[in-house]
Amino acid sequence: MGNKTSLYQAHLDSGAKIVDFGGWDMPIHYGSQVEEHHFVRKDVGMFDVSHMTIVDLSGADAQAYLQRLLANDVAKLKSVGKALYTGMLNENGGVIDDLIVYRMPEGFRLVVNCATREKDLAWMEKQIQGFDASLNERPELSMVAVQGLNALAKVSEVRADAASLIESLNVFQGLEDGQWMYCRTGYTGEDGLEVIVPEAEAEKFWKDLEAAGVKPCGLGARDTLRLEAGMNLYGSDMDEEVSPLEANMGWTIAWSEDRDFIGKSALVAQKEQGLKFKQVGLVLEARGVLRGHQKVLVEHEGQTLEGEITSGTFSPTLGYSVALARVPVQAQEECDVEIRNKRVPVKIVKAPFVRNGERVYK
Amino acid sequence: MSNIPSELKYLSSHEWVRVEADGETAVIGITDHAQELLGDVVFVELPELGTELASGDEAGVVESVKAASDIFAPVSGEVIAINESLEDAPETVNSEPYDEGWFFKVKLSDSSELEALLDADAYADVCEADDH
Repeated sequence: MGNKTSLYQAHLDSGAKIVDFGGWDMPIHYGSQVEEHHFVRKDVGMFDVSHMTIVDLSGADAQAYLQRLLANDVAKLKSVGKALYTGMLNENGGVIDDLIVYRMPEGFRLVVNCATREKDLAWMEKQIQGFDASLNERPELSMVAVQGLNALAKVSEVRADAASLIESLNVFQGLEDGQWMYCRTGYTGEDGLEVIVPEAEAEKFWKDLEAAGVKPCGLGARDTLRLEAGMNLYGSDMDEEVSPLEANMGWTIAWSEDRDFIGKSALVAQKEQGLKFKQVGLVLEARGVLRGHQKVLVEHEGQTLEGEITSGTFSPTLGYSVALARVPVQAQEECDVEIRNKRVPVKIVKAPFVRNGERVYK
Repeated sequence: MSNIPSELKYLSSHEWVRVEADGETAVIGITDHAQELLGDVVFVELPELGTELASGDEAGVVESVKAASDIFAPVSGEVIAINESLEDAPETVNSEPYDEGWFFKVKLSDSSELEALLDADAYADVCEADDH
């Protein structure tokens, strides 16, 4: 038996099929993950993401600490509520985790992955030595992601008191309303909110949303949605052995000369030596499904170079398969993937594949 | 609990067989339990018409969003029909695994092979073992 979120009973009430996910008993789907996927792309769906770890950071050195801890620079967060996506790297430049950090009225709030919770917290505690700052995990907070073009309207309908706050939110901004926090963020490539809610109030919020027509969606749809949106999944697309520069996370690294973050010197050395791999999107318009760990074969000057699919799936929006892959930097335009002992030609594209319900890659 | 019709025969790899009234045509598909395990089916690869299958041969592939799975021939015989509607509507395998979601038909070359297949009770035991 794994950990259960405050919404576990609500999932059973909605007919969820429960699976283990990083030690948590979570819904994989409520009948059909493809239907749930389409709900989010065409209307609105909701996900229990309470298993994610919320950590608050306070203290006079909070900013200085995060500027050392994180590859992106929290100094970019000029106003309260602004959010930043970043990697947390080890000294070798490998990715310990990816996370979102919000600037709060006092201090910062971090949302990290559930499967990495223990090592993240241990690393963060280790690195905080010498800083006047302290970490406070918030397990009593649940989180519901409401995603899709009607997401903001539905949450505003259910939480009428917060409607004007929700309307004021910019993309990638989160604001508190008492113990609640409304964040215009997500993992689907659609507009939407991630709502942090005290666990005692989570089930009522979920049921109210369901009554308002918001479809419960499981981790299965969450994965196909994020992959269509070209978003990395920690543990699949990158981990401690993978450089963020080879996982399409270069844009999340702030290089300014006057800031030294953990892993920076390793990344600088990698750049000087030249990278061997890059992350690309793959598209297979013919039959078949690209899946994680399938071998990618790139023909280059008479040699066959190898790469690997890091995440692959059937794309319900497109009707064919897409993948993220780590391939030799020489790869251009097309390559082959080994699917069940057959070499299948695929197209190399720049992710994302889908945004706001529409195909976006070329 | 998944649906396991008592009149069908089964393989432990989750294929079912129904013998038609003529006594020599066997219809093959995958079980309700199999489609539940696979989740949403997105592609089905079927054998070609006229193929001579021996029991135990790989006869096709079913791919869901989650996984790919081989389909084995439960009995020997020539493939005399394939369910082409699965090309456009693979989700039928999820909604009607025993009816419109059938995969292919063979002309039985040795009907005694049917004796070696699982009956519904024995297959139910296989499913139960899977769930634990």
